[in-house]
Amino acid sequence: MKGLVLPILLVALAEGAARTFGIASDSLAAPSDIAAALAEALADGRLLLWSAQTVASALAGLAIGGGLGLVLGLLVGLSPATGRVLHLPIEFLRPIPSVALLPVALLGFGFGYRLEIAIVAFACFWPVLIIGSAAISGVERRLLEVGRVLRFGPLARIRKIVLPAALPRLFVAFRLAAGVSLIVAVTVEIALNPLGLGYAMMYAQETLRPALMFAVLVWVGLVGWAINALLLTAQRRLFGPAALVNAGP
Amino acid sequence: MSAAVIPLQKAGGKPEPLIAFRRVDLDLGGRPILRGIDLEIARGEFVCVVGPSGCGKTTLLRLLGGLLAPTGGEVSYAGGPVAGPSANVAIVFQDYGKALLPWRNVAGNVSLALEAAGVPRGEREARIAPLLRKVGLDAHAERFPGQLSGGMQQRVQIARCLAQEPTLLLMDEPFGALDAMTRQALQDEVLRIVQASRMTVLFVTHDLEEAIYLGDRVIALRPHPGRVAATFEVDLARPREQLATREAPQFLRLRRALYDFIESAER
Repeated sequence: MKGLVLPILLVALAEGAARTFGIASDSLAAPSDIAAALAEALADGRLLLWSAQTVASALAGLAIGGGLGLVLGLLVGLSPATGRVLHLPIEFLRPIPSVALLPVALLGFGFGYRLEIAIVAFACFWPVLIIGSAAISGVERRLLEVGRVLRFGPLARIRKIVLPAALPRLFVAFRLAAGVSLIVAVTVEIALNPLGLGYAMMYAQETLRPALMFAVLVWVGLVGWAINALLLTAQRRLFGPAALVNAGP
Repeated sequence: MSAAVIPLQKAGGKPEPLIAFRRVDLDLGGRPILRGIDLEIARGEFVCVVGPSGCGKTTLLRLLGGLLAPTGGEVSYAGGPVAGPSANVAIVFQDYGKALLPWRNVAGNVSLALEAAGVPRGEREARIAPLLRKVGLDAHAERFPGQLSGGMQQRVQIARCLAQEPTLLLMDEPFGALDAMTRQALQDEVLRIVQASRMTVLFVTHDLEEAIYLGDRVIALRPHPGRVAATFEVDLARPREQLATREAPQFLRLRRALYDFIESAER
């Protein structure tokens, strides 16, 4: 609750300033106007539609990029030889900013969901690959040996031993990637894709409606916070007992 | 019943060995670990392997478990060469804390071996209960490894190995990290279980008294590179008892001989 003191104070200050001096600006809006715009956009369903577009793109990209990252992370984590072969291409491709691929992706996919999902997938691929392969190669070697002694096939070994053992850290990788997915989705929308919250913000700005622009910005923050809170709760629910067990001798 | 299992090493018609090492060499990373191992173990025999650290005791066990392949010579099991892990061979690792799945409870950990053996889901529970009873864990089926003491964790691992219904049980310093009381209790449990099921056991330990107490035979290795240095027949009556057996003159004589030998080997 103490964390709320400063934000409330700042909002009150901004509101006070706006009322005292009066704002007639194309780039600023009083908090009360922003709240009114937020309520209006929520009430007529526009905000939810934009949110659905952005979140759907982000989740689809997360699923594709994270899924591919997980598969390659398994390969790299389980087979050091594969890791050595893939090291150079990975280190070359990884530093490319995902947004720098926009021109190429635009040529390939045109405007729309596919463009956005492709860029988000590229951005989500890396954290899952890097953290995932580290998580997999960090699986207790003795457990892998138990799998060998019991003569499980490779798939059963991955399913029964490797993935569950690496799951807590894999989940952290996906949580990070989820944050990245929302950032990149909104960025793509702001840069050029006529979809979702990012585009709504740009449109409000271009049509000189700063209150709506700020309303969407606040909303983006809320969505990001909600997704992270959701994943954190899931993490605690899922791995609370496992974390407790890992703390043992 | 216990008396019937012992006289395998008695003179006369030797039964065909279950396990045979023939001039086995093993190098790891260019370093010689084992050299010229010749060793036979009969079906139903309880053989303990002792020796200073670095003598290749664990390596010997891993060769038998199919986790390592010899560089030279041959390791054979039931007449055929060992070519990888076998369903009939179970391994109890020393580091029980790492060898159990922390996200599965006790029953789930035992179930892993049944899943490996292709036992249908519906039959597993009925197989797990008696195994847990056998190792004294029937009251703890729902607990997780992290909630158990070291001795109980090792019991879980033993139960998982028994679930394989192995012919050969390989135990790699299984009680080395346990306190003395727990160790003795587990020694007696293992003896009881082994006698009841007539398994063959290769038991690696650095505890000489433990080796004599448990084994029909104690094999002493010499390090750098590891090779068989001496074999001690243990002619102590079974069932063995922690106090009576350890006070028996043969026990004390063997203990002296083994200590003297190890001391000379380390020098």
